Amino acid sequence: MSNSRENILQRLRRGRPELPAATGEIQIDSLAWDLEQRINTFCDRMASVKAEVHMVTEGDWPTKLRELAADRQLSNLLYAPKGPLAAEIESAWTENDSCTKLITREESVDEWKQELFYQVDGAVTSVRSGIAEVGTLILWPTREEPRTFSLVPPVHFAVLKAENLHHTFADAMEVEQWRQGMPTNVVLISGPSKSADIEQTLAYGVHGPTELVVLLVR
Amino acid sequence: MQQKVEFEQRVHKALSDSQLRQNFRSTMDGLMAKRSQAFPDKERLEKLRLQGAQIRANALLKLPELLEQLEERCTANGIRVHWAETVEQANQAVLKIMQDHNATNLIKGKSMVSEEMELNHFLEQHGIEVLESDLGEFIVQLAGEPPSHIVAPAIHKSRQDIARLFQEKFPDIPYSEDVETLTRSARDILRRKFYEASIGLSGVNFAVAETGTICLVENEGNGRMCTTIPDVHIAVTGIEKVVEKLSDIPPLMELLPRSATGQHITTYFNMITSPRKEGEKDGPREVHLVLLDNGRSSIYEDPELMESLRCIRCGACMNHCPVYARIGGHAYGTTIPGPIGSVIEPQKLGLDRFGVLPTASTLCGACGEACPVRIPLPKLLNRLRFEQVRDDPPDNTMGKGSQRSIRESLVWNLWSWANTHPALYRLGCLFLTRLRGLVPKQLGVWTRVRKAPAIAPKTLHELAREMGIEDE
Amino acid sequence: MKPDQQYPDKPLSVYFFGTCLIDLIYPQAGLAGMQLIQREGVKVIFPQDQTCCGQPAWNSGYREQARSVALAQLDCFPQDIPIVVPSASCAGMMRYQYPELFKDTPQLSRVKGFSNRVFELTEFLVHVLKVKLKDLGPPTRVALHASCSAQREMAVSEEHSNLLQQLDNVEILEQERKRECCGFGGTFAVKHAEISNAMVEDKAKSIADTGAEKLVSGDCGCLMNISGNLQHTGQGPEGQHIATFLWERTNATES
Repeated sequence: MSNSRENILQRLRRGRPELPAATGEIQIDSLAWDLEQRINTFCDRMASVKAEVHMVTEGDWPTKLRELAADRQLSNLLYAPKGPLAAEIESAWTENDSCTKLITREESVDEWKQELFYQVDGAVTSVRSGIAEVGTLILWPTREEPRTFSLVPPVHFAVLKAENLHHTFADAMEVEQWRQGMPTNVVLISGPSKSADIEQTLAYGVHGPTELVVLLVR
Repeated sequence: MQQKVEFEQRVHKALSDSQLRQNFRSTMDGLMAKRSQAFPDKERLEKLRLQGAQIRANALLKLPELLEQLEERCTANGIRVHWAETVEQANQAVLKIMQDHNATNLIKGKSMVSEEMELNHFLEQHGIEVLESDLGEFIVQLAGEPPSHIVAPAIHKSRQDIARLFQEKFPDIPYSEDVETLTRSARDILRRKFYEASIGLSGVNFAVAETGTICLVENEGNGRMCTTIPDVHIAVTGIEKVVEKLSDIPPLMELLPRSATGQHITTYFNMITSPRKEGEKDGPREVHLVLLDNGRSSIYEDPELMESLRCIRCGACMNHCPVYARIGGHAYGTTIPGPIGSVIEPQKLGLDRFGVLPTASTLCGACGEACPVRIPLPKLLNRLRFEQVRDDPPDNTMGKGSQRSIRESLVWNLWSWANTHPALYRLGCLFLTRLRGLVPKQLGVWTRVRKAPAIAPKTLHELAREMGIEDE
Repeated sequence: MKPDQQYPDKPLSVYFFGTCLIDLIYPQAGLAGMQLIQREGVKVIFPQDQTCCGQPAWNSGYREQARSVALAQLDCFPQDIPIVVPSASCAGMMRYQYPELFKDTPQLSRVKGFSNRVFELTEFLVHVLKVKLKDLGPPTRVALHASCSAQREMAVSEEHSNLLQQLDNVEILEQERKRECCGFGGTFAVKHAEISNAMVEDKAKSIADTGAEKLVSGDCGCLMNISGNLQHTGQGPEGQHIATFLWERTNATES
């Protein structure tokens, strides 16, 4: 194997065509939207990919979450016990009875994979930031909030602060200084899982969530 | 000649299948319209294409250094890097990882490189069960066929074909031609497989040297499943997929999904930089990256042909190709069909085997116009036409000069002779015009669907003289 | 026109390159092209030693043969005046492909000097001669097929429409998949006849479906291909080169 490495690199070095590097910065106008425009574009884009967006406030989003879960008659809702949303979610649920049971697990997912795959109806996660131009959530999973929460359960509720809406993907990377250190996984999510592999007809909920519900906090 | 006969047989089969032709036609029409709508500002599109081409071209110029950097960063992040000069080495690398884990099954996300490797076939020969999880790939795997399009693998099949296939393979599931129901059935079948899988495999859309990050573009979530649920994730990629910096990704992502399917962005864009870290509650414990050469470093040596390595596999060239739209992907007989396939595959597999592909184009230019990284596809097709008939091949790699025939060379020598001797040319034309009544009305395949062209009674040369138009 | 294309002032005289297809099959189109230029007070020179631009060999991979033929053409057009070509395909060959064909050869700078003087007929009429056409014909409806070279390589499909739009009594009808190739592709039509046939059948049908009375194109390869099929099926309009069409509709004196 180590030979392969040397052989490939050697061939590339020997064969490298003598071409000048392409130069000349290509100027593509960046966007200058105010928050309102960013929110509007984000919502339009999200709607176009069949994601639901609800405008909520710092104070009322947990209640809204509970309502939305109840509307869907979810028997349970998964959240991360030590995640950034935990305290507020718990407070909304303890105050009132809800048909949706709040569940959480602290163990590694391997320990309760069966339950995650077959018994969890929905999950809620935080969102690091968003991209207005294309209508995208940026999730930056952590030890506290695992990757599978936004992937395996059929309904994914995502809580995004409107002030964290960037104009573009490039802005998000630049402002948040991604190159300083990437986490294990970053995932950009734009809508529920879908496929058009059969006759180019869109079908939702292929392998990931069937529904994506965004709570946009202002 | 054998390759031409075989190609023609596949073409004939495709052209005779009206259902197949309709499937491709309507899909390609749809994809072209969606792409066009996704780029409403044509001026911006041209700037983006320039930028995309520049990013990819510069990455290729630094390719060996970027590969070393990628390896170094990946290794530092805990991703194990394997180098493979050939398909055989790449397959062995995957097999070794499987064996190290005593794994007997593999679940796969969409990967054209794994198709190039014929990995499924290889692993099955070693007793390993392989399952495709992308819906389209799942369908073609059930049918025992290769994909017919790099983005929409099962597009040659109608929903009725798929309904019958599901009924045959899964008799317990009630028959349905409804797309939602078929999709739901596939979800249920594959969910169990994801749950059980111990090793997942994926392709790579971009590999970022700066941070050692593997990027994956997808809509279904099967790619995330394959790279998150199993304990081991193996990513396979061609060595050309590397880009220099993280900031190269957003411009390429602005181009890729829009060019491919007209989406502003795919449902998921998944960036993987390391295996599960201490304290993290999910994700694979091991991540492997297999870097495959398989002829790419030879393509790299030619300053013109290397432009084909800029490809980001969006499929826009095939979506816009009037030949592809009629014959579909299987007729090409290679892993990657369409214009980019006709450029890359004969270089990898040899012009002696696939030299016919570059000739199967009208050079209309629709592919080059659609390419998001401005690969000059018509120019490269023309170049490969030259390479296969040249009489002074600089080396005998990739079947250079192999399609040269005495008869064809003679025809072109005669043609050249007539066209470089004006008096002879005029005399020949004079004969043709005077004997126009004798020109046969049947000209082989041309007149099967066309009336033979009528030779004029007098040439333009004659008319110009008669009109007194000056000669110099 | 291409964004970076520069056009000269109206010259006193020009060369005309007739193309081999026009020479043998559509000579009236060549004649009409020359007449359209002459009417603007520009002298036309038709070098009798011209033959073919060399494109068939170039696109078949026979570069050496293509170069010999191209060099023979270079010798026919020595003066530093524009060379007008009534075909975007041949014009594209001479303007953009010749420099590729002669890349890394000692003739390159001479070739470039030649290539820069090559103009497609409709772009020359619009941008250099700035013609104003007066329609003398009866009302008619036409379908325009701009060749792939006209659309992409030469970018003169706008110029084709511009000229047709100057004719008050001519209505342009739009066919389905207007921009798609007709399937000619030179030797492609022979080498891959079955694919070519499938393509031309679709193209001809879409043109017939418009109900146009005439098919107009700036390239005789496409015309021969599409008209050949239209005549074969007996459906759809007669095909005509754009130069012939323009000349017939605007010429006051019967020639």
